[in-house]
Amino acid sequence: MKITLDHMYVVTGLLLMVFALRSFLDKNNAKRVGTAVFWALYGVTFLFGKIIPDGIIGGMVVLMAVIASCKGLGSGFYGEASKEEKTREAKKFGNRLFLPTLIIPVVTFLVAKFTSLGALVGLGLGSIAGLIAVVLLTGNGIGTAVNEGRRLIDAIGWAVILSQFLAALGFLFDKAGVGGVIAQMVSSVVPTGSALATVIAYCVGMALFTMIMGNAFAAFAVITTGIGIPLVIVMHGANPAIAGVIGMLSGYCGTLMTPMAANFNVVPAALLEMEDKNGVIKAQIATAVPMLCVNIALMYFLAF
Amino acid sequence: MIRLVGVLVVIVGLGLRLNPLLVVIVAGFSSGLAGGMGPYEILEAIGTAFVTNRYMSLFILTLPVIGLLERHGLREQAELFIMKLKGATAGRIMLLYMVFRQATSAVGLQLGGHPTFIRPIISPMAEGAVAKGRTLPQAVLDEIRGMAAAAENYGNFFGQLIFIAAGGLLLIKGVMEQAGYSVDLLSMALYAVPTALAALALATVRYTMFDRRMKNLSLESEEENR
Repeated sequence: MKITLDHMYVVTGLLLMVFALRSFLDKNNAKRVGTAVFWALYGVTFLFGKIIPDGIIGGMVVLMAVIASCKGLGSGFYGEASKEEKTREAKKFGNRLFLPTLIIPVVTFLVAKFTSLGALVGLGLGSIAGLIAVVLLTGNGIGTAVNEGRRLIDAIGWAVILSQFLAALGFLFDKAGVGGVIAQMVSSVVPTGSALATVIAYCVGMALFTMIMGNAFAAFAVITTGIGIPLVIVMHGANPAIAGVIGMLSGYCGTLMTPMAANFNVVPAALLEMEDKNGVIKAQIATAVPMLCVNIALMYFLAF
Repeated sequence: MIRLVGVLVVIVGLGLRLNPLLVVIVAGFSSGLAGGMGPYEILEAIGTAFVTNRYMSLFILTLPVIGLLERHGLREQAELFIMKLKGATAGRIMLLYMVFRQATSAVGLQLGGHPTFIRPIISPMAEGAVAKGRTLPQAVLDEIRGMAAAAENYGNFFGQLIFIAAGGLLLIKGVMEQAGYSVDLLSMALYAVPTALAALALATVRYTMFDRRMKNLSLESEEENR
């Protein structure tokens, strides 16, 4: 039997179901019902996403959004170790503690490189290998590990599903033809006689539309067909390979500046338990804006 | 123009600091309706995209590992490890990680990122390097963590297109070929290098300035303690 991504989704779904059950039983969580229902619904999308009709899944997704926006998620009691205990444990285990975290990327790499399973299956297998390693190292059971996992996922909260949510929004924007309208608007206000002006329009357009869509890949086809190809390549004769690459990299500058790129900016802020949920974006703006200017200059000097 | 109503909802909703999930749902419905879709059709589109993008959340599988290690002092060990290294500053740790990340993604390795490296290892090390055993206020912690998370993004974004089989390059090739231009993956990968070097140079400046700021900050608080 070949291990596929679907198996990883089943494991993730089961883990979420255990989180849901434990949340429901956690009397210290004032919002135990909302928290449990939220993780259970999410678990169902992993376990049966391919079987349940898409419209029903859509309804479940809306329900999750309602629970989250009514502040229906809370945190509970996880029997957390004290600072003193943790320091004592750190002295006891030393640098061996790094081994299980390093097993995850190493296994991911080996699976991606030497099998046909792909990097995502590798990440799943790496996590399982890391789990076995940490259980052997610490002598704790899987139950304790799952409970600590629940501590982390409750700290992240609803932001866990934001990336998938935004992907759904991008899909709807695409279906509604939002991109074409924006590309048309931009190309109607740009002075097309100047090569530099068209380069700026293409690069800034990529960054801005990426900020709206949260995804440079989604912006690329739209802005490149709407602005890049007609104005920069056809009208001024830029090299398509060079303009294309630097256009994409301009989009990445936009990714650094938007909460819509949740899995790069919002989820990490939650994962790192930052008070300011836009803290990652704020740290990145002073790099992203100069990098956008660098890309404009590079496209102008290299592509013609 | 009416099709842009969804974009407007996103900008206004996030500006008013409403819950992002709610904003996204409302924006999705309004652009779907404006685009002529029916309510059930919109639910179907949301469901389809949500299910096909489940891979984005597979990092959930790493949480029990990281959580259990934290219980046994992973963060504390990362701090201890850094305090023993002479000359290790928060900025240098982050910059070193960015170089590592640029190099690995330039050869096509996607190793995880924020959950596997930044939360368990890089951020605690950087925090330890600034704190030197003291407790830091949340605002300073936020700043260090933001810079640490950024190192992952810089390395990932400004390294990945150097890899000739990168998804981004294949997409560019596809779009260009659809428009009738044949483009070569190798030369595209080559033209991703100048941006990568510029990002590295800029990050070096920013992380050096960050170290200077953190150093002044610690002096201030020591003076306050006197």
